[in-house]
Amino acid sequence: MPLLAAEGLTRRFGALVANDSVDLTVMPGEIHALLGENGAGKSTLVKMLYGLLQPDAGIIRWKGDAVTLPTPKAARGLGIGMVFQHFSLFDALTVAENVALALDDARPLRAVSDELADISRAYGLPLEPRREVWRLSVGARQRIEIVRCLMQNPDLLILDEPTSVLTPQESEGLFATLRTLRAEGRAVLYISHKLEEVRGLCEAATILRQGRVVDRCDPRQQTAGSLARMMVGAHIAEVRRARAEARIGPVRLRVDHLSVPSEDPQGTALKDVTLEVGTGEILGIAGVAGNGQDELFAALSGEVRAPEAGNIVLEGTPIGWNGINARRRAAAAFVPEERLGHAAAPRLPLSENALMAGHAKGGFTRRGLIDRGRMLGWVDAVTHAFDVRKGPRDPEARALSGGNLQKFVVGREILGKPRLLVVAQPTWGVDAGAASLIRQALIDLAARGASVLVISQDLDELFEIADRMAVIFHGRLSPAYPAEDLTREAVGLLMGGEGFGPGREAA
Amino acid sequence: MRLTLDRRDGAGMAGLFLSPLLAVALTLASSIVVFWLLGQDPWRALNVYFLMPVSDFWGVQEVAVKATPLVLIAVGLALCFRSNNWNIGAEGQFLIGAICGGGIAVWTQGWGGPWVLPLMLVAGMAGGALYALIPAVLKTRLRVNEILVSLMLVYVAELLLDWLVRGPWRDPFGFNMPQTITFAPEATLPLLFDGGRMNLGTVITLVVVVVATVVMARTLKGFEIKLVGEAPRAARFAGFDDKKLTLTVFAVSGALAGLAGVMEAAGTVRQLLPGFSPGYGFTAIIVAFLGRLNPVGCLIAGVFIAITFIGGENAQIILRLPRDMTLVFQGMLLFYILACDTLILYRPRLVPRRAPA
Amino acid sequence: MTLAEAIFLTVITASTPLLLAAIGELVVERSGVLNLGVEGMMIMGAASGVAVAIVTGSSVLGVVAAIGAGMAMAALFALLTLGLATNQVAAGLSLTIFGLGLSGVVGAPFVGMQRAGIAKIEVPFLSELPLIGPILFRQDPFVYGSVALVAGVAWFLWRTKAGLVLRACGENPVSAHALGYPVLRIRFAAVLFGGACAGLAGAYLSLVLTPFWTAGMTAGRGWIALAIVVFASWLPWRAMLGAYLFGGLIILQLHAQTAGVRVPSQLLAALPYLLTIVALTVIMALRRGGGQVAPQALGRPFVPDR
Repeated sequence: MPLLAAEGLTRRFGALVANDSVDLTVMPGEIHALLGENGAGKSTLVKMLYGLLQPDAGIIRWKGDAVTLPTPKAARGLGIGMVFQHFSLFDALTVAENVALALDDARPLRAVSDELADISRAYGLPLEPRREVWRLSVGARQRIEIVRCLMQNPDLLILDEPTSVLTPQESEGLFATLRTLRAEGRAVLYISHKLEEVRGLCEAATILRQGRVVDRCDPRQQTAGSLARMMVGAHIAEVRRARAEARIGPVRLRVDHLSVPSEDPQGTALKDVTLEVGTGEILGIAGVAGNGQDELFAALSGEVRAPEAGNIVLEGTPIGWNGINARRRAAAAFVPEERLGHAAAPRLPLSENALMAGHAKGGFTRRGLIDRGRMLGWVDAVTHAFDVRKGPRDPEARALSGGNLQKFVVGREILGKPRLLVVAQPTWGVDAGAASLIRQALIDLAARGASVLVISQDLDELFEIADRMAVIFHGRLSPAYPAEDLTREAVGLLMGGEGFGPGREAA
Repeated sequence: MRLTLDRRDGAGMAGLFLSPLLAVALTLASSIVVFWLLGQDPWRALNVYFLMPVSDFWGVQEVAVKATPLVLIAVGLALCFRSNNWNIGAEGQFLIGAICGGGIAVWTQGWGGPWVLPLMLVAGMAGGALYALIPAVLKTRLRVNEILVSLMLVYVAELLLDWLVRGPWRDPFGFNMPQTITFAPEATLPLLFDGGRMNLGTVITLVVVVVATVVMARTLKGFEIKLVGEAPRAARFAGFDDKKLTLTVFAVSGALAGLAGVMEAAGTVRQLLPGFSPGYGFTAIIVAFLGRLNPVGCLIAGVFIAITFIGGENAQIILRLPRDMTLVFQGMLLFYILACDTLILYRPRLVPRRAPA
Repeated sequence: MTLAEAIFLTVITASTPLLLAAIGELVVERSGVLNLGVEGMMIMGAASGVAVAIVTGSSVLGVVAAIGAGMAMAALFALLTLGLATNQVAAGLSLTIFGLGLSGVVGAPFVGMQRAGIAKIEVPFLSELPLIGPILFRQDPFVYGSVALVAGVAWFLWRTKAGLVLRACGENPVSAHALGYPVLRIRFAAVLFGGACAGLAGAYLSLVLTPFWTAGMTAGRGWIALAIVVFASWLPWRAMLGAYLFGGLIILQLHAQTAGVRVPSQLLAALPYLLTIVALTVIMALRRGGGQVAPQALGRPFVPDR
């Protein structure tokens, strides 16, 4: 008998049908993959299974009986636990308090701490109960999430893209834990779009596209390519690039022994970062989230100034003390990681979002007054060049889908013909079509002679587009190696801090 | 049943105008109920509050006299609130403006010339701006809460004024009344019409509204204010310095409140005395919100609130209603405007309570 | 009674309304809501307390009415900020304006009507002790109540699961919601508690401290209570310390005035406000670089995604 069976689950948000009559069957002792692109409806489905959303139609059966799950508490009561993609942790509270919050009984905190210690030993998930969460690494935070699910002794554990924030080695540790759980007869519902991972770990898969189940398979019998086709439903253009030797010229951007404290008291300071990017080159910076990527971006963009002007040199000119607009006037451009709120103001129209990044170089004002016509013209140009799909001519930024907004944000910068582009997480959370278009645009930009620096947590992406790669760990940067000389394992070890020498902090 | 809020996709332009109108309508409806509860004839009361003040030219001038400081302060506050800077102490900046300008009038009594009035206006603006910079500097340097600091400074300004008019600046021939001398003609704003109190201050205010409208709608500075308020991180990405902007908007709003204060002293009251302001600085907060933090909106809202101000005074005499009634209506209006704003952003929906497990 | 005893006694009575209002607001802010309407709730408590006490002749009913009025005002605020997710700063300000106006209307018929204060509780024997006797064991019930309230709140926030959940809502409402906690309902309860405390503080002003009604009699005490919460880094016992410091200041200033210190009385009267600014500045300067102290989600509206 299936452990969990969803039959005909449907959920609408206004006009959008997020889940359209979805069927899903999970057997006991099975690691079941739920595959799909961003926006395919995976999150909506698991939120219904965890009692966070109510289905508009359909039945959920648990061990054969139809159940309603009005709250997560009800789901936990049955034996369903969930680890969220964006952790539902409380930074200012301790590990034990975080775990206690997820328990439905009112055990005293000391008892919680004891049991927590037991479980973390049994499953190889080391944790310190009295530590405050903000002091912990991403991997440790995920361990808290898993431990607090396991304290409920669940029959089914739902994991939402658990490895997107982990190093390959940390991921292996997680897989070992999951296999232990399977051996105990528990089931795991594993949401991912990393196909190799799914092929190695799962014995069943359900594939969602646009809110519908489009296929079911045994991923072990599939290739990554065939899984991708099921997910996307179409052939995605392969990214093409020319050989590196033909393109790469002299150094354009040089970062020289740059150390910057973090503005965020919980952030990571940059320590002695040195790098070079040549003309026509794409340099990739890999690393687990929270290792100084935000600080590196802020320092490169000029949102935070460097201690010495000579720490950052662009085309021979020291620019470390220049602000972001002075750097833009020196033909640099920037795409931050956070689309809504950083790269774009959610409630302002696209034209004003174009003005935001473009006003420094002039052209949008006439006699001190803003020229709305030119702003709209720029929006049209970006829309055309980057295939930005939108309803009205000038909608608010938040009205665009993630992929289309990202195309707009990247296009806005590339159309300004920068000689240096610094971009963080260029395709984070966008659909495969947009991701492929954006990566091609970055490669084409480099082919035209620009220098591109890509900060990304997505190793697949970096291996696809980068000429050389470095790894950032605890605010330090490794030397950059040619991408073809690197393996995923080697990069993974660097991401975990191997080879960074002394001065490592405990995770 | 429980209330849920669904985010609307594009906020309709209609909502922008609908919301304040709806808020006014709801306030009127509520006030009818309140009047009825107090045993008043609601129609007569509404007539006293809203129609009598504008029934003749003298009344219209009085409305302009009251609206002038409200609009001027509210335009400044709108810049602050737009950029997420919560200057709640406009009342204090208003008083300091009056003190700085009025001080010059007292000091130059008997030997002044035509230069006195411009000097007073400049001193009032400078005083208000500097006073507003206290919370702004503390906020940008040490992240001290600007709401509490600017508010505390209101009490300090009130006490300073009280001390001045009872002590050093008291009119020696004023029968020991706590007030300054009546200002000399060269220290007063010229009247626009004979037989009324409307003065040059109203014209200055209208000019400020026009300038502020252009700045907000068409200049990079206006865009900066909007962007800092909407998305502070995006504003930094645009190369705007939010700390510098905080100082700027506080200084500008303080200067406008100070200007309102000195114009009230030099134009309307023509001397300084305790209780010199009927709380213009606080009422202007309501005006700013009712006017959608938009300069022209503030102008319309300021006129409306000024009418209720005078209506309240009339009601006190004619209907024997307590003067605080006006505050009740103003608070109510602000509640409604906030609630109506939510209706623009979200679509409220009553849904049945979820079935028990 | 010696002068020292008298001064200590008055300090405690001057501090108690600050403490009551501050401890209520502390719980509200711990749940992630910033209610700037303390002044408005407090003065409504003062006005309704007096009105009901005079009409019914019962101080107890007056106190109950004051608490009820504070809660009603708080419920109004909660409806706006929690039900309709409006800007908390603006809603708090309108609550204060509304409260100042409405209290004037409610209190108008009772202006100048004095009634006897509430009797003090004398602990046998202990109250006979020199100095500490009258200070610690001959106080009105509110003083004892306020200290018990601080102890209760401290215990609740750090020793109970419910307190942990409340703090969690103030740190990260999205996560608390994801774990299945009814964030808005918890915040609603916290706001109501804050309203009850502010109402009680108001009753203390108009029934014990003064004891009669004058318009605007809170004179910024609600705002000082808000400052005390910041000053106390959102910790209950430290709020008590802060309240007594500010209360002491107010009394010191009054005594200096009667003692004929050669400074303008207005300057002395301005001292509590000026020192509030100084205290806030000093505490922020000390805290610089010390990480986050305020509840992380303080003042940010939360709308659950159904």
